[in-house]
Order: sequence, then structure tokens, then C-alpha cells
Amino acid sequence: MLLIPCPNCGPRDETEFHYGGQAHVPYPENPNELTDTEWSRYLFYRENPKGIFAERWVHSTGCRQWFNMLRDTVSYDIQAVYPMGTRRPDLAADPAVEAGTASTAADSTTTGTAAPSLSATSLAASPTRTAPEGATK
Amino acid sequence: MAETAASPTQSSAEQNLSARVSPARQLAEAFTAGSLAGTVELSELPFLTMVGLRADAGSETAQRLAAATGGLPAASGAVATTGDTSVLWLGPSEFLVVAPTEAHESLGGDLIPALREALGNDAGQVVDLSANRTTFELVGPRVRAVLEKGCSLDLHPRVFKTGTAFSTEIANIPAILWKTGEDSFRIFPRASFAEFLGRWLLDAMREYASPEVP
Repeated sequence: MLLIPCPNCGPRDETEFHYGGQAHVPYPENPNELTDTEWSRYLFYRENPKGIFAERWVHSTGCRQWFNMLRDTVSYDIQAVYPMGTRRPDLAADPAVEAGTASTAADSTTTGTAAPSLSATSLAASPTRTAPEGATK
Repeated sequence: MAETAASPTQSSAEQNLSARVSPARQLAEAFTAGSLAGTVELSELPFLTMVGLRADAGSETAQRLAAATGGLPAASGAVATTGDTSVLWLGPSEFLVVAPTEAHESLGGDLIPALREALGNDAGQVVDLSANRTTFELVGPRVRAVLEKGCSLDLHPRVFKTGTAFSTEIANIPAILWKTGEDSFRIFPRASFAEFLGRWLLDAMREYASPEVP
């Protein structure tokens, strides 16, 4: 059983959450222009890394908010929790983003003004480091 | 018709009220029989008025709703209580107002119309959820032991303070758990889960009817 640090509610059992698959999969800007192969790649093809994986979770029986999580697929160690719409934190460069940090910011996972920019969250993790506000205490 | 003629003052609202059945009505006798006075007691508080609120925290809408309810809770677990009306925190922009039965607009209460007026045409929600959930009240010194059989939250009083409420899972079903006193909890399961949770709680309480084995 994983103990997942919800950014709003604190650590809760894994059974309260639902998994949302790989994070940072941008919707194509012009889906009509894609070939069937490209479209199927967008729909069905996901990374399957051995190690750190960025994925989406929703606290379905708690605050019902989505958030992103960096999880080690080998050790199940939760490396970081950060809001939807922010870039994947660079763990090596940012010691502030430690394992299992959860923010108590009330609106850290709501969309509202911080609507996710789809073009900014590309699959290839950007080297520019943006420390997500919700991921640090 | 004879009854109507016998009591001409009885309003149609009162007639409708006498006909309604709470989600755990069929367990009322079992709750009485399974309750252990001074140890752990279970009962249903049917037909509480509940209103679902949604408004972005800090927005003007939220401030107007807060003025109508007497305050919105700010963080997970917080409950804002004013008089007999309480507002439970369910999410960063989601709240549940719990008020007595009489506060419902069908009984002449002005809570829901006031909230609706506070929301106006702005983005957000004011939804009458009175029929969505029922309320169980679990009271007694063994309450924590009963709940710990099926709830993964830390229920120790050092962590779970009186006057806080959390949306969580009890017996693997989603429910809201509200600690109203040192030894009393209110549990809000959805109506369709009421019978299951009621029977589960009765089963969890049963061992305390027997003398303790040394």
C-alpha cells in the first residue's frame, strides 16, 4: 500500500486515489493534421520507464483534485508531488523537491488562473527548471 | 380523505414529510438493538439539510457565500460552525453545508434561497444535496476502536481533533467523517451505501456486547 501525500489533504492511503496515467502528454495542436499513426501514438503510446516516472493521480475519495507525482517504478518511492499544469521538477538540480513533499496551499491543484499550458508541457522534459509552488513546503 | 377532513390544518408539506423514508430506516430497530449504552451507540439522524457549495477560494463569490453561511473553512479538515449551521471542507473550492432539517426550504427555511442569492449568476454551485447522504451518529468511549477497524485515518485524539471533518473511506466506501465531540462522530455515507455501512458498523460494534476476555 502506497501512502500518497495529497497536496491538499496530506498523506492518505493509496485506495483513496485513482491513477491517471502518464503526465505531460500534450494534446496535439491540430489533431486533424495528424496521420493515423501519429494520432494512435498520441492516444495509446506511453512511456514505460524503469525508474522515475511522471504520472497523474486524483484524490477521488478526498478532495477530488488532480495532481502530478514523480514515482520510482522500481522502488515505488514517491519523489515529488506538484500541481497540474506545472513543469516536471528536475530532481537532480532542485534539492528542495524532496521525497513526499506536500503543499498545504489551498488551491495548489485547482486549475483556475493557472490553467495548464499544453504547449509548455511537452513530452520531452524541458531542461528549464521551474520549481512548482505546490511541490515545496 | 377521512384523515384530511379530520385534520384540516395539516399542510401538504407535513403529509409529504410523514411519507418519506430515510436511507437507513429499515435498520432503525437493529441500531437500537445493537447499541450498547455507555460503550458505543449508533443511530441515524435522518433528513439533515445539506447544500453543496462550489466557489473558488478567495473569489468574491466565495466571500458572499461565506457571509451567507457565516464563514467557509480554509483547509482540509476545517469545519466552520455558526449556530446550528456547519460548513465542511471537501476540497479547495468545494464545501458541504450541514444544517438541521428545519432549514430546508420545503419547510420554510431560508438557508438555500439565501445561498442561491449569494451566488447569483456567478461561476459556482449551490446545490441542495439533502437527499444525497444520510447521517449516522456514533457515540461512546469505544467509538474510536469501532472506526479503526475500517478507516485508515489516524483517529487518535492527538491527530484527529474534535471539530474537524475529513472526506475519506470507511469500510472501503467513501464517506465523510466528522468528529463532533471527544467520543462522538458523525458519518455521512451516500444514501445507497447507508445500509451497507450501517450493517458494517453494527458488526464492528458487536464484540463490545460481550464481556472482555482477560
